[in-house]
Amino acid sequence: MSREQLIQRDEYQWEIQPTGPMRVPVIIYASDELIDGMDRKVFEQAINVASLPGIVKASYAMPDAHWGYGFPIGGVAAFDPEREGVVSAGGVGFDISCGVRTLLTGLNREQLKSARKELVDDLFYSVPAGLGSTGNIRLNDREMESMLREGARWAVSRGFGVAKDLERIEEQGCMAGALPKAVSQRAKQRQREEMGTLGSGNHYLEIQEVVEVYDQDIGNQYGIRSGDVVVSIHCGSRGLGHQIGTEYLKKMVITAGQHGIRLPDRELACAPIRSLVGENYLGAMRAGINCALANRQIITHLARQSFERILPQAELKLLYDVSHNTCKQEEHRVDGKLQRLFVHRKGATRAFGPGHPDLPDAFKTTGQPVLIGGSMGTSSYILSGTEESETRSFSSACHGAGRSMSRRAATRQWQGRQVVDDLMARGILIRSPSLRGVAEEAPGAYKDVSAVVNAAHRAGLARKVARLVPMACIKG
Amino acid sequence: MSKIRWEHFHHQADIGVRGFGQTVEHAFEEAALALIAVITNPASVKPSEAVSIHCSSPDRELLLADWLNSLIFEISTRRMLFSRFAVSIQAQTLTATAWGEAIDLARHSPAVEVKGATYTELAVRQQADESWMAQCVVDV
Repeated sequence: MSREQLIQRDEYQWEIQPTGPMRVPVIIYASDELIDGMDRKVFEQAINVASLPGIVKASYAMPDAHWGYGFPIGGVAAFDPEREGVVSAGGVGFDISCGVRTLLTGLNREQLKSARKELVDDLFYSVPAGLGSTGNIRLNDREMESMLREGARWAVSRGFGVAKDLERIEEQGCMAGALPKAVSQRAKQRQREEMGTLGSGNHYLEIQEVVEVYDQDIGNQYGIRSGDVVVSIHCGSRGLGHQIGTEYLKKMVITAGQHGIRLPDRELACAPIRSLVGENYLGAMRAGINCALANRQIITHLARQSFERILPQAELKLLYDVSHNTCKQEEHRVDGKLQRLFVHRKGATRAFGPGHPDLPDAFKTTGQPVLIGGSMGTSSYILSGTEESETRSFSSACHGAGRSMSRRAATRQWQGRQVVDDLMARGILIRSPSLRGVAEEAPGAYKDVSAVVNAAHRAGLARKVARLVPMACIKG
Repeated sequence: MSKIRWEHFHHQADIGVRGFGQTVEHAFEEAALALIAVITNPASVKPSEAVSIHCSSPDRELLLADWLNSLIFEISTRRMLFSRFAVSIQAQTLTATAWGEAIDLARHSPAVEVKGATYTELAVRQQADESWMAQCVVDV
């Protein structure tokens, strides 16, 4: 697969026409430069996805697409259960419902300034981060089951946050159709001590400043102004989600043949939506989504407690919570007809536009907030869903910058201490349990998130609303 | 033994682990060391406590992923790191002992948590010199 085989449809849209086993075309949204820098494996993987049974319209790649497992990271694909459509564990990924939430604080930069160090130390002490860290919450079997069924709604009912938070979370904080019984004991065991933990790798809790507002109207409705301080939390479903992904990937590989599915790549392991394995995976994966929503809700509560201790005048209101790694049943219009499809978003954000019936009243005229995380030293963005993204990408947008350099190369290039000092010199406080982890996550190891966001904006996947820069970061 | 026993290989978002050995079992043990090296320097981990691991899979490659995923499970639930392994494989079943110790944040300074061993670049094969190679990409 070479770049010459891409047909440029417009400035930001590229197509690979179906050949061989492909059932639909591949459509990639990216600028010329992003296409140039895109790993050729992305094209191969998107082509493989296009050959899966029951795929509808196209196999999409977002502007931040990179080489993933089976599906590209930044891949979106919808499947029709009535046409032997499949669900794929690799199409969701190991970190089920990994996502970002952003909290408004009601403070501006000046109000934060003098307390920033004390606050970030308190947060670092309060929010467990890194390998081997444990939360203070232990779930017995019954509580585990409730958490898996009810997600953030469970967390709120146990005192972690307020009911108002729930309307600012996808699915109102509770993914319907979860089947805790389809989640193995091993997965539950892996989660037992991990509720309310941040994890590691690219996961973080960041204090950010809004430095630019591109769309004043939507910015006003979201409640964000230039100079505001916000808190963003990036993490997922922890050990439980990882274990569900691991176990169902294997089940799907082993049973693919029985379902008459020929896998071009084992990592594309999938099962018909209407099969026992498919239904169990969907039930377990939805429980994994609930685990992620509950986890981010608990961390939100911990962050609120830290602010309460250090800056009691702050009021942390949830702007929105988005998930990146999911498969959701949604209604979409295809060839003029409404269809219920199973939309996989692997490293892609749902981006419902204005008027979408699933959005809370607050976002009915603006579209949902689409939260795009950067890395420790770079900008993050808030975008809003557009109407046209429905026809362009089943209402999906990018999710972040994506790495440009491997972890190994990053540790060869940077020392963790130096990264911390350099960021400190730029006014960004870093706290992390691991200096090697900081080196691996050095800002220079990531692609330019601004280029990705601009491409998503220009391609009509989502509209730019605001840019944020980090002031302090707890790195898992 | 000057030959490389294990190494990491490039993956854009994550990292690949690869082990070499005279037998499949040795290659699996070395791949496990490569996995630990993603997290910390294996030399910093004292092999003081033994943990038994069993898993089975329909083929050798899935067995490698299962073996690494079993270790990831033990790391996560026991909050331990490992530095010595003894693997034995019979038909489709792997039995192993892993020796290690509780995670010590100060001494091990773990860089990342590994979420799972994937089927990307998953391969177990005999090389021209009849030694074995076992590899896959792990998600971090």
